[in-house]
Parts: sequence; C-alpha cells; structure tokens
Amino acid sequence: MQVGYYPGCSLESSAKEFDLSIRAILEEMGISLKEIPDWNCCGASPAHYLNEELAVALPYRNLVKAEEAGLDKVISPCPACYSHLKHVHEEVAKDSRLAERLRTIVGKAYQGKVESKHLLDFIKEEIGVERLKASIKTSLNGLKVVSYYGCLTRLPGVDIDDQENPILMDEIIGALGGEPLDWSHKTECCGASLSVSRTEIALRLVHSILEAAKERGAECIAVVCPLCQSNLDARQGDIFKKYGTLFKIPTLYISQLIGLTQRLGFAQLGLNRLVINPNDLLLEKGIIEK
Amino acid sequence: MSYLNSQDIHQFRNDILSTNGEDVSRCIQCGKCTAGCPISPEMDLQPNQVLRLIQINDREPVLRSSTIWICASCQTCSVRCPEEIDIAKIMDSLRKLALEAKVPLGAEKVVKFDEIFLNSIQKRGRIHELELVMRYNLASFQPFKDAHLGPVMFARGKLSLLGHKIKEMGSIKEIFKKSKRFIKESV
Repeated sequence: MQVGYYPGCSLESSAKEFDLSIRAILEEMGISLKEIPDWNCCGASPAHYLNEELAVALPYRNLVKAEEAGLDKVISPCPACYSHLKHVHEEVAKDSRLAERLRTIVGKAYQGKVESKHLLDFIKEEIGVERLKASIKTSLNGLKVVSYYGCLTRLPGVDIDDQENPILMDEIIGALGGEPLDWSHKTECCGASLSVSRTEIALRLVHSILEAAKERGAECIAVVCPLCQSNLDARQGDIFKKYGTLFKIPTLYISQLIGLTQRLGFAQLGLNRLVINPNDLLLEKGIIEK
Repeated sequence: MSYLNSQDIHQFRNDILSTNGEDVSRCIQCGKCTAGCPISPEMDLQPNQVLRLIQINDREPVLRSSTIWICASCQTCSVRCPEEIDIAKIMDSLRKLALEAKVPLGAEKVVKFDEIFLNSIQKRGRIHELELVMRYNLASFQPFKDAHLGPVMFARGKLSLLGHKIKEMGSIKEIFKKSKRFIKESV
C-alpha cells in the first residue's frame, strides 16, 4: 500500500526523528510513503494575518501537486500542516469564488480529490489497532506515559477526536502494553508559536505541563507535534535555570513508542536525537536491551 | 474612536462581522474565554475585555493591545465559548485591522518574527529553521539569544545547516506576487 506524505519543514531538521520513525513503523506494516513532489511550506500561522491569500494559496499549491502525482490520501504528521491542507481543501469545496481566485494565483486547478489524514487518525482508521498489534514484537512493559496533544484537536478543519479530552494516543499506548495516564494537561497550549519571540511565556507554559506530568507520575511524555516536542524536550535546561526544577522527562513521538515495540533500532527511530535521552529509562523498563 | 463621538456605535463590531462573520454582539461576558486562556497572565487586555471593547466601539485600545499579538491561537476560547463565538478567529482579524490602521503595535517582536518567517518561505519555498532563528535574533538585536541550545541541537542532528530550496521557485514567486494581503481586496 502506498500513501501520500507531506512531511513539512520541521520534519526536515528539528523533527527529523519524527520523519524517520514514521517511515520505519509504517514500512513494518507494509505501507510506503510517497512525498508530495516539490512540496512547499504551508505558511503556518504567520501567513494568516500578514497575507490572507498567501495563507490559503500555499497549502493550495501542495494540494495541486499531490493531485498531479495521483495521491488521493496524504498523511501530514505536523498538526499545523495537516490543519492547513484539510482546511483549504474544505474551503475550496464550499466557496467557488475562493476556488477561482486560488486557481488564478497558483495557475492550476485543484479538483478536490486529496483526502488529508493526520498520523493518529490514519493509524486508527486505515491501519486499525488489531493490525498495529500484529506488527509488535515486544511490549512497553507498563511504561507510564502521559499523552500530550497540544492544540491539534482544536485546529481549523481538524475533527479526529474529542477537542478537550482526546484519547487516540492513549489507546495506542494501551495497545502497545504501556500505561496511559489520564491527566490534566492533555490539551493545554505549550506556547510554541511564542517560543522564539516571547520565550518567557513559552517557558511558563512548558513548566506547568512538565510539572503536571511529573505530579501524575509519568515516566515519559508522548507527542505528535514537532513544535510541542522541541518545546517540551529542548527547553528543560532553560526551565531548570528559571524555575530550579530538573525534570529530565523524555518526550517521545508516538511513532517512536510504536517503533520500540516493533523492535526497530534506537538510531533507526531517531531516539538518539532527543535532547533528554530516553536510553536509561527504556533499559530500566526492559523495553530495549543493552 | 470611542463610542461617545462615533457616528455609528456598531462600527467596530460591524468591521469584525464583515471581516470574518463573527458577531461580537452575542458575547454575554461570562469570562470563560479568559478563564481558559493560557496566555492571559501576560495579556494587557483579557480576551473578554477585548470583546467588550469591540461591543462599545472602543477601537484604539484593542488595536494597540499586546493581547492580539501574543494570543497563541490555541483555540481554547473558541471551543469553550457558550455563544460559539470563534474568539481566536477574531484575534486574527484584529491583527489585520491593527496593521491596516497603522497603529503602534502592542508586540513588535511577534510581528518581526512572523515577517521573517514569510520572507524565508518566499526565498526558499520552505522554512529553514536555523536561518529563521538566526535572522530573527539579528533583526531583534539579540544575536546570542538561545545560542546555548545550538550545540545541543547540532549534536542531536536537529539543525540542518544548509536547508532546502524547492525546485519550482518560479511558482512560489508567482504566488507571492499575486496574493493580496486582504482577501476583500481581490474581490
């Protein structure tokens, strides 16, 4: 089975391990990914108010490129990329004037044939928990995991789970033999959009998320967003300097947790790329061997 | 600019309505948006105050506020509003109105970062994260901000030094050239 893939800019650098682990786990389940040829950035949040038409034209070009390549289903792992593709697809379908305008700007017409999927709903709907379970060779051995969804479930165009109490990741963790913990901060904002320009705000938010995870007894955090991951993982040193608490809680992509139970390699899953190294924790829990 | 000397006391509310279809008149000031807002401690106007000021046609304090810029667009307010007002969408429209009105911006740094972000797409078709952060730090006169993260991120293979440029740069240039800043201008 071949599925379209829109990795997005972060998965080319800071979130390379998200890309590596997604490709590896899907391959284990007989699914190969075909990137949208010559894809461009979705425009993220800055385009919205700085240039309204650009905010819809950039994702529109990706939809056109996907359609030209015959990709009728596209997985976007980054929540922002996913929301933009899906939102523009929906807007074009109901607003013919916008569709016409975008055709003029981009120079090509989108026929509306690309179905967008996030990794989580792709796993639930297209793969299914049974097939996922069939691909695993070991267990997370009761690893205590809090799932952190950030703003994913509330973004425009996104309708994959409950907006304030999502469970898609928790279900996967349970299926892998981990212990998904219910907790308070599943969907609290991490402030990633302010991480560079107003760092102090992002630090306050990340601190409260880490504190809630620790209070709940979490051994690690599972995420599905490149910005959540880098904010929660790479800022723990800054948090220590500012708040005096050394959390040392590893933040893993859900795809890395899946890959571990498929017995894929530490480096193959990009686990060596995380700032807070999960190696000792995984050894201690008997999930990996020396 | 306030309602006292305005011809049309609903002007501000109508501007928002025509920009994005959201009717601020429906706000009952329950304060749920503010209670759930993760950024409210840093905001100079609370989200419910922003809505109230729109209702009473007091434009200037809203457009000059830091609130509209540091709103993280996390959508918690929009999901929780009992009147189903999409407050995050209103914040986005207020940013556009503030730029149009050319008032002093309540959070210059956020806008600077976003402008560099778009410029980066214009040059490459994609974002090159390292270049983006370095350009922002230089432009905001803090060249060594977050520099301590550099070696860690580099050692973990998280910083691509060269970045990627897409092949069809012509089509990206065309998109940037033709796209209008405000959709209503193109109608």
